[in-house]
Amino acid sequence: MPAVPRLSGYAGIALGIALLAALAIASLTVGVGRMNLLSLVSGGDADAVRLLVVSRIPRTLAVMLSGAAMGIAAVIMQMLFRNRFVEPTTSGTVEAASLGLVGVAVLAPGLPVAAKMLVAASFSLLATFLFLRLIDRIPARGVLIVPLVGLMLGGVIEASATFIAYRYDLLQSLATWTNGDFSGVLRGRYELLWVGFGLAALAYFTADRFTVAGLGEAFTTNLGLDYRRIVAIGLTIVSMVTAASVVTVGTVPFFGLIVANLVAMAAGDNLRRSLPWIALAGAAFLLACDLAGRLIRYPYEIPVGTVVGVLGSAIFLVIILRREARLG
Amino acid sequence: MADGITVSRTGLSRPAVVLALLACTAVLSAALFMTIGARGDWGFVLAFRATKLAGMALVAIAIAVSTVLFQTLTQNRILSPAIMGFDSLYVAIQTALVFLLGSRQLTSFDPRLRFLFEAVTMVLVALLLFRWLLARHSGNIHVLVLSGVVFGVMFRSLASMLQRVLDPNEFSVLQDLLFAHFNSIETELLGASAIVVAVVSVAAWRMVHALDVLALGRDTAIGLGIEHKRMANTLLLMIAVLVSVSAALVGPVTFFGLLVANLAYGLLGSQKHAHTLPAAALIAVIALTAGQAVLEHVFGMDTALSIIIEFVGGIVFILLLLRGAYR
Repeated sequence: MPAVPRLSGYAGIALGIALLAALAIASLTVGVGRMNLLSLVSGGDADAVRLLVVSRIPRTLAVMLSGAAMGIAAVIMQMLFRNRFVEPTTSGTVEAASLGLVGVAVLAPGLPVAAKMLVAASFSLLATFLFLRLIDRIPARGVLIVPLVGLMLGGVIEASATFIAYRYDLLQSLATWTNGDFSGVLRGRYELLWVGFGLAALAYFTADRFTVAGLGEAFTTNLGLDYRRIVAIGLTIVSMVTAASVVTVGTVPFFGLIVANLVAMAAGDNLRRSLPWIALAGAAFLLACDLAGRLIRYPYEIPVGTVVGVLGSAIFLVIILRREARLG
Repeated sequence: MADGITVSRTGLSRPAVVLALLACTAVLSAALFMTIGARGDWGFVLAFRATKLAGMALVAIAIAVSTVLFQTLTQNRILSPAIMGFDSLYVAIQTALVFLLGSRQLTSFDPRLRFLFEAVTMVLVALLLFRWLLARHSGNIHVLVLSGVVFGVMFRSLASMLQRVLDPNEFSVLQDLLFAHFNSIETELLGASAIVVAVVSVAAWRMVHALDVLALGRDTAIGLGIEHKRMANTLLLMIAVLVSVSAALVGPVTFFGLLVANLAYGLLGSQKHAHTLPAAALIAVIALTAGQAVLEHVFGMDTALSIIIEFVGGIVFILLLLRGAYR
């Protein structure tokens, strides 16, 4: 493999932030409502200010927050499972969150959004532990069999969710949770993503522990750390982040996996060093995909889940097949 | 059991008994499907259900035969064309054609012509894509399955993206109009599909011995005089055609083929294609007709069958992975 130039240091980060800022400004200006950023600066136009504050800024923020959080959630999972192909959409975590949401919609539709998110998070956590147990039982554990089991587990959970949704006429709601889409984001409807992002940012402070846990249970215990506790903390963060994004914007297939893999190629596996990069890259990549979805069929929108479904799958395929070509 | 076949006291082999029992059950479930819960004008009910039954039988045979052929070709029990994304590829092709030709143009086409067009494109793309994939990666089954699953996600997203680009307002209408579901089988295509399925099935039947040899592995098969490359191409062609039929009639069903093929191997205790092919087809017919009859008329759930198949199929797939049955 050709050496990838290592982007590190403040210059690289500054460059990344500049790119992200450019994308964010683009995201603020794209939309059906007429709005001129220059006229905003010169003051005046009250409608444009409202449009900006109620719709454009929340949407841009929501995309960046969930992009960063999904990237971080994926990399934590990859460390804990010691597998580069694990992430919330290849482990049943995401599907369990939507199953939880369907359950809430049937049993207690009146719950506030935060409570819904907590239910979804507990479902995700349960499913992720189930996944952990399942892959412990795989006889000859190849690297790729792990995401395969996860994808199938996700399929089974999704089938149960679909069945309940079908019985209770909730298929439309289920569709909004399973296909990521930022077009419904307005002020007051995305704030949970801050919670998800905050939790993901918390991971920065425990980053070294996840890195150590990534070296294995024996090694971790040898260093005097409680392996199980680290795993529990990590998976709780992952579940909460996942639930927050499923509840507000829906699922984006393979997104975190791709961000984490691309960043790992450039910045290595030291979590403390790569986390800021993953957050930046996740935010920028999702913003770019969301922008693409808004521009392809302007003035209509293509959900970001669909855009990433095409682009992300293609990148995922390249990663799998290239890895195989290199090893075999 | 050197040849894997036990002979019972009456002199009948186990596969023969199993096949006979399956055939009886298939006839019974078809009868059940035709008559259960029927009220009113029998002439209408029977005619209405007969078309549906014919469609389901065709789909069942197409899925079962294509899966068994695919598993022999790739020499394992956890792959099926649907898991490898063939079905989604067909849907993507359907959408791409609508995209290129325009929905008005295409809906005014004779559906059989449309089907022919789609099936030919499908065969070409599938041959190119999967020849390449199988040639380069057949050594590692996990790479093969995982990339197949991801291909599936990609094709589905691609289809839904094209559908939205096509007509964002009528997105769901278009989806219903152009794409078939389990309980709204495309009836115009029944005649054409029946011919296609019959031709491919006869071809498969004439190849059963060669298939038995192929199942021994590539090198052994070549040593025994099989033209491996040519046979692999022929099989892929047959599989692509069968998948086109089932996907055109009812849309994608991920796990059904996997389920019926593995059930067939388990029940028969024989690896001979003269047994596994008909057994898988019969099991598929039984599962679809009896399942649909019971769900529709006993539980009143007409579209739930595919959901249940996904649920059970996913669990079986995980179990197969855990038991290491992919070797």
